[in-house]
Amino acid sequence: MKTFLEEVNERIDGVPLQRCYHCRKCTAGCPTAFAMEHNPNRIIKMIQMGRRAEVLGSATIWLCVSCETCITRCPNEVDIARMMDALRQMAIETGVGAKEKNILKFHEAFLSNIRIGGRINEPTMMVQYKLKSGDLFSDMAMGIDMFLKGKLALVSPRTKDMKAVRRIFEKTRQS
Amino acid sequence: MKVSYYPGCSLHGTAKEYGQSVVTVSRALGIELEEIEDWSCCGATSAHSTNFKLSVALPARDLIAAETKAQDVMVPCAACFNRFKTAEHHLRHDPALKAQIEEIVGGRYQGSVEVRNPIDIIVKDIGLETLAAKVVRKLEGLKPVSYYGCLLLRPPEVCRFDDTENPVLLDRILETLGAEVRPWSFKTDCCGGSLTISKTAIVVQMVDRLMAMAREAGANCLVTACPVCMANLDMRSSGGAGLPVFYFTELAALAMGEEGPEGWFKLHRTDPRPLLKGLGLL
Repeated sequence: MKTFLEEVNERIDGVPLQRCYHCRKCTAGCPTAFAMEHNPNRIIKMIQMGRRAEVLGSATIWLCVSCETCITRCPNEVDIARMMDALRQMAIETGVGAKEKNILKFHEAFLSNIRIGGRINEPTMMVQYKLKSGDLFSDMAMGIDMFLKGKLALVSPRTKDMKAVRRIFEKTRQS
Repeated sequence: MKVSYYPGCSLHGTAKEYGQSVVTVSRALGIELEEIEDWSCCGATSAHSTNFKLSVALPARDLIAAETKAQDVMVPCAACFNRFKTAEHHLRHDPALKAQIEEIVGGRYQGSVEVRNPIDIIVKDIGLETLAAKVVRKLEGLKPVSYYGCLLLRPPEVCRFDDTENPVLLDRILETLGAEVRPWSFKTDCCGGSLTISKTAIVVQMVDRLMAMAREAGANCLVTACPVCMANLDMRSSGGAGLPVFYFTELAALAMGEEGPEGWFKLHRTDPRPLLKGLGLL
C-alpha cells in the first residue's frame, strides 16, 4: 500500500515533496496564510509524516486561492499549488468532504451551471450556490445594484453543442 | 492583425464593460477579433480545485476549436487566460494526458495557436508608438497603480507574460496614455479570487490592504485586466471606502476619444466619474 506522501507525489507529478527543506518562503508569500490553521509548509511536513486525516480534513486546503505565489518562489520548485488541488480532490474522492463547506458548494454550483449551459450565467449560478449553501441573504444589496445596471442578465449566450460539453463532464467524472 | 477571440463568460455579464472596451480598443488599434466558434467555459478555479482532467478538458475544447484558424487567441480575462495557458502547458508536455484529453473532448490538439492577453498583444504586436499616436486626450492627473494580480503572471513558465515580481507592461500602456503611474510593491499580490462569494470576510481584509497600500503609494485609482480582481477591488473594500478601479481598456478608449467610457463607468460600484470630472477628463 502506498504511503500518503507517495500518493500525493504521484498526483503532483513533479518534484517530490521530500525536496522541501522548510525555508517557509511559501508561507511568507501566501496571501491567505493569515486565515489558515496550518501554514502551507506545515501541510507538507504533515504529509511527510503521513497525517492524512488531519490534512484532508483541514480548512487550509480549501482556503488556498491558487494564486501560485508559492510555486513561483519555491527554491526547490515544489508545486504547492498543484499539491493543494490534489489534496482537495483526494478529500472529495475519499468522502472526507470539505472542512470549508461553502467553498466546495460554490465550486459545485459553478460546475453544475457550466453543465447546464456550457457557459456561466452568473445570476442562476448564484441562485444555485445560495440554495446549496443556505446563505440566502448575503450580498443582496450588491446583487440588486448589479441587476439594475444590467450586469445580471438572466438570459446570456449559451454553448450550442451541449452534447460535447456534457460528454466532457461524463468522461471526467470521478468515481 | 487578426486574432481569434475568447471573451469568456464574465465579459458578457458582470464584466461587460471590460468586454465592450476590449472590442472598442481592438477596433481602434486595428485588431480584428474573430470569436471562437461555439466556445464553452474554461472551468475557472472550480474545475481545477475539484477535478484535474476536467480542468484541462474544458479549455482544450476551446483550444481545439480555435485551431481551425492559424492565428493567436486573445483571452482578455486573466482567469480564463491562466486556465488556457495551464491546459496548453499540460497538453504540450504530457503526451499520455494529451491522448486522454483528446479522447474526452473528441478532437485532436495540434498546439498550433498561441494564447495571448491583450496587454501583451498591444505592447508587442501593435506597439506603444502606434497607441501613442492614437491618444487624443492625455490622462493627465490620473495617478494609477497597475494591478496585475496573480493569473496573468503565475506560474511564470506557464504564463510567459512579464517579470513575475515586477511586471511593467501594463505600466507602459498607462504611461503611454498620459497617466502618472505610481510605483508600488503590490502589483502581483492576490485579491482573494473566488473566495469572495464563499469566504467574504477574508477577501475584504485582502482588498482593504491593497487599497491602503495604493493610497500610501499616492494613487488615485487602480487599474486591472482581470474581471475577478475588478469585482473584488470595486465591491469588497469595507465601508465602500475604496479608490475607483478601471479596466485598462476603459482608460485606453477614454484617451483615444472613443465612444463608450462614460456608460461603462456607470456600471462600476465605486463611481469613478467624480474623479475623472475633477481632472477634466470627462
